Amino acid sequence: MTELALPKIDKATVSRKNLIVSDLKKFTKEENILSENDEIKPYETDALAAYKQTPLAVVLPETTEEVSKILKYCYNENIKVIPRGAGTGLSGGALPLQDAILLGLGKFNKILEIDFENKCVVTQPGVTNLGITHAVQHKGYYYAPDPSSQLACSIGGNVAENSGGVHSLKYGTTTNNILGVEMVMMDGTITRIGGKTLDQEGYDILGLLCGSEGLLGVITEVTVKILKKPQSVRAALIGFPTIEDGGNCVSDIISNGIVPAGMEIMDKALIDATDKFAKAGYPKDAEVLMIVELDGTKSEVDDLIKQVSEIAKRNNSNSMKLSKNDKERLAFWSGRKAAFPACGAMAPDYYCMDGSIPRGKLSLILKEINQLSKKYNLAVANAFHAGDGNLHPLIMFDGSDKEQLRKTEEFGAEILKACVKHGGALTGEHGVGIEKRELMCESFNNNDIQQQLNIKKSLDEKNLLNPGKVYPILRKCAEEGRVHVHRGEEKFPDLPRF
Amino acid sequence: MSIEEKKNSQISLDSNTYLPSSENEVAEIIKKIYSKKLPIEVLGSGSKKNFGYNLQTAKTLNLSNLSGIIEYKKEELYIKVKAGTPLEEVEKILDENNQQLAFEPIDFGYLNKGNSNKGTVGGYVACNFAGSRRYKVGSVRDHILGFRGVNGKGDIIKSGGTVVKNVTGYDLSKLISGSFGTLAVLTEITLKVSPKKQSQITVITYSEDIKKISNLFDKILSSSNEVSGATFIPEEPNNKKYELTKRNVFKFNDLDQEGSFLGFRIEGNKTSINERLKDLKKELDLKSFKTSVLDVYQSVPFWQKVNNLEIFTNTKNNILRAVIPPAKCELFLKLLSKKYKYFVDWCGSLFWIEVADKEDEKINLIKKFVIENNGYLTILKKSENFDFKDTLFTIDETRLMISKKIKESFDPKGLFNPGKMYREI
Repeated sequence: MTELALPKIDKATVSRKNLIVSDLKKFTKEENILSENDEIKPYETDALAAYKQTPLAVVLPETTEEVSKILKYCYNENIKVIPRGAGTGLSGGALPLQDAILLGLGKFNKILEIDFENKCVVTQPGVTNLGITHAVQHKGYYYAPDPSSQLACSIGGNVAENSGGVHSLKYGTTTNNILGVEMVMMDGTITRIGGKTLDQEGYDILGLLCGSEGLLGVITEVTVKILKKPQSVRAALIGFPTIEDGGNCVSDIISNGIVPAGMEIMDKALIDATDKFAKAGYPKDAEVLMIVELDGTKSEVDDLIKQVSEIAKRNNSNSMKLSKNDKERLAFWSGRKAAFPACGAMAPDYYCMDGSIPRGKLSLILKEINQLSKKYNLAVANAFHAGDGNLHPLIMFDGSDKEQLRKTEEFGAEILKACVKHGGALTGEHGVGIEKRELMCESFNNNDIQQQLNIKKSLDEKNLLNPGKVYPILRKCAEEGRVHVHRGEEKFPDLPRF
Repeated sequence: MSIEEKKNSQISLDSNTYLPSSENEVAEIIKKIYSKKLPIEVLGSGSKKNFGYNLQTAKTLNLSNLSGIIEYKKEELYIKVKAGTPLEEVEKILDENNQQLAFEPIDFGYLNKGNSNKGTVGGYVACNFAGSRRYKVGSVRDHILGFRGVNGKGDIIKSGGTVVKNVTGYDLSKLISGSFGTLAVLTEITLKVSPKKQSQITVITYSEDIKKISNLFDKILSSSNEVSGATFIPEEPNNKKYELTKRNVFKFNDLDQEGSFLGFRIEGNKTSINERLKDLKKELDLKSFKTSVLDVYQSVPFWQKVNNLEIFTNTKNNILRAVIPPAKCELFLKLLSKKYKYFVDWCGSLFWIEVADKEDEKINLIKKFVIENNGYLTILKKSENFDFKDTLFTIDETRLMISKKIKESFDPKGLFNPGKMYREI
């Protein structure tokens, strides 16, 4: 584990542990409170496993009222709270703190209402993303956002992170697919934002909450939109001899007015890794491989796939397969979907990055990543949601070697800085968490960050909800002169500066 | 001192209307009004000035000089503009490149002044009123990739960027859309743009039967045929308080002037339109209705008329905008049918209703229904003798409390458009 600065530990809270644990028993069943070391160990990290910290205690409430009582108690007693869904987040957003209660929403695991008339599902936040689709697919419906962890990740976590997936270009991310939430604020206030209508009047609080990484409220219920499955779906598997050709083809498809349901690109390193792992039958001579998925009516899809194959030929494609049925289509995807475990098989550890870039900069960024790979002497494989410009470089390393871990993190940070330099973003769908906190000043200046902190302060004035994530004003930013820490009284009074 | 800085230092608070032409000038003006605690009305070009409560501010900030397209990247599907850029200018350049704003901006000019006036991009974003394609492609807020603006202290702030996927920090683009200029003065907006579909048709289904109409909406919503607009235009009530405009507005060769009708739009290339139409005929059991089809030359202006709210052109009555869960459509139709002049958009979710002057108690009745059915209601246009005591916008106490806090975090002295949406904000 590399050194990570976290908010100052409130020793008084830590020393009151037994008292706090016994107080918590007033608000939920005794069995829902975990405080012994062996019980809380599973909660010490999320999917950013390089960082670990055991919390003061873990509480697993079962009802909104229980959540409200627990938060109110913590608010009155100045105890920090870390909300947690399924713990699949990749940016350390659910990393516990030594002096904080970890509030797990795992027992909120029921779908409350399937409302086909209003084309929505009302669900508790602990239900998995895929669980929603499973509940409605018998009538031909599905929930559109499909993060790769959809089998395990919870819908509440999806809201907190504004999760995307491979189909975001056409169908949007979580924020475009939810209608309402029930939320508990840090002082215990329960409120409903939105419902079953489109949009809401007044400030778009739902839009603010979505992607706020558990800093503004605890989500206890979500209403999501469901869509009818498209009639026909086909995919093309296309190889290109150079990165430039692949990149140009992406831009060309979009410029021709085609909006694919999904458009994925894998580089040579990932093609080799996944092919060995999943035996997907990917072409051996391709420098980059593209999967383009199109959906709609049958003739429309047939027409689009023809257009895509013509565009690909114009861009020097050296191999092409077009799916004739779902079995073939899913076979195209099998390698891509195995990308992460395939990298896991190649090195003891891999570090999954998540930056966004303008589509047109694809070949440029891939070249820069390859240069960085040589500089740091660490192998990297690249998966890319090319349709929406979301890049996932997977850096392979050995976590038991501290020096390698340090180098890996530096490598990752350089990639993200390059994304911002090329007009992209630090994170496309994994969130800032603790992982990219130090890089916020690459995207934002002091005023931008201060405005966001003002919002945080207005809804959680004691800074108790998931503190230390996303926003602290940072040593690095300050040192490099991009963020000026001054007039400290305007900022969070308790905000750690490091 | 740069030329810009010299200009800024000359800004005085003597005049009552400011017309800044740069972001720095906006920031300078706001810093000054902040130090003097002077409330200010923030406007794009003023095309939607009469929405919300009338303001009593002595000073006005008009952004129409802060205009121009900064960057249009067709292949990256975005356009970045200064906030005061006329919406028409954006639509024109997109159209030339076979692209569009998918949320179909509404032209409120007909309602307000009797002719087209789409106003500025900033003004449009600040209101977040999406047109007919809303239920399919999202609202205005779903199409904002990023913005720059000035908060109530005069600090220039930004959020988002130009890429579709961006979860760096809070998504402030969502907050500023629909905030009616009460949070920040927008200076720059990046909008997501979409390719235009090759062609379109509109199928007109005639029926007076409310149950059948709401069933059609439901089946369209449930269909995978991607119907991109569905509106119900009822026959106008025989009541002198309303002007009869329907026949004049919806005058098309292939549209029967008599009676109520539901129109739905299919977009795509010709083969796909035909394929969808064939499928929808079965799905919606269209043979049991009298129907007609508007070709692309009629379909395009048809939806413009819907989105221009042309049946309410120049009305002196109240205009209400109500959004309800789609399953409540039939109930709402029952309440309104034959009594009000109204029409339905967003495939059964959005109702535009005209209530005659001096009939404010009817607004109460409608609002009660909408709230009870978990929807919301906005009174957009007020008649001469408007005397409705309740709020123009809908909100509950907890959300008002949260909204006040958010407002304070942007505009601590409450200077921007005070009381525009809610008296307390």
